Amino acid sequence: MILQMGEILIGFLVLAGSLISAVSAFGLIRLPDVYLRSHAATKSATLGVLFILVGAFLYFAFFLDHVSAKLLLGIVFVFITAPVAGHLNGRAAYRSGVPLKWSVQDDWAGELKERRANRATPMAKKKNIRQTNGDYSS
Amino acid sequence: MALQILLNLIIAFVWMFLYNDWSASRFTVGYLLGIICIGLLSRFWPHDFYLKRLWAVVKLLLLFTKELFISSFTVMWQIIRPRLAVRPGIFALKTELKSDWEITVLSCLICLTPGTLTLDVSRDGQTLYIHAMDIEDVNELSKQIKDSFERAIMEVTRS
Repeated sequence: MILQMGEILIGFLVLAGSLISAVSAFGLIRLPDVYLRSHAATKSATLGVLFILVGAFLYFAFFLDHVSAKLLLGIVFVFITAPVAGHLNGRAAYRSGVPLKWSVQDDWAGELKERRANRATPMAKKKNIRQTNGDYSS
Repeated sequence: MALQILLNLIIAFVWMFLYNDWSASRFTVGYLLGIICIGLLSRFWPHDFYLKRLWAVVKLLLLFTKELFISSFTVMWQIIRPRLAVRPGIFALKTELKSDWEITVLSCLICLTPGTLTLDVSRDGQTLYIHAMDIEDVNELSKQIKDSFERAIMEVTRS
């Protein structure tokens, strides 16, 4: 009885994880620009992978009598690294000038332009580098 | 904090020495005894009792998990809605956190909150630039959430 309940629970976990992953993959197609896509890719995909890994861990623990520490470590690593990867993707995209396709408000653009201007002027005078280097947004 | 944990371990080992018994159960009893001793003598320590900070860490982890669930279901709801009605934007958020470690944890938490993604931390570490999925109703709400995050992080680092 308990084994059957466990089977159903594990099946539910794995199924939910794969459904969540499928929805987030659909989000990659549906959403309009890089930043919104990275929302879908970081959050829902992380949760989907976590569900599947937890399901696999429970399966090994209950049915094969094997506590797999590697799966637990995998969960922790995915949990830590996924938001950092999302942050880096978004930041690299913005700094190389990918525009926000839809935006209501953009506080960062002014600050970034000011910072670039401050940094570019003395360097350009000293080393004769092109001032527009890296500024694709204008 | 590290000093208190070290002292607790030493008390546990002294307990094992007193009984000349090297088992895990004896160690556990000694450790619990050490917790009681350190807790009773907590007013002689310059910092707070370390279990308090451990409890704050546990609360932060629970908050992390809860926010991950809420945020991914919010994002999935936005994806499978028939009409795409998001209003994305980038807004700046002033933070009171100082050290690099605190700011890293805060930006990781923000990356996992409903509909927000940290894009950049300014050079002086005072401002976070955050891309929000739905800025109209999130702007005020996310400020509240971040206040709760900031408070939870501060409880861990400076109690």
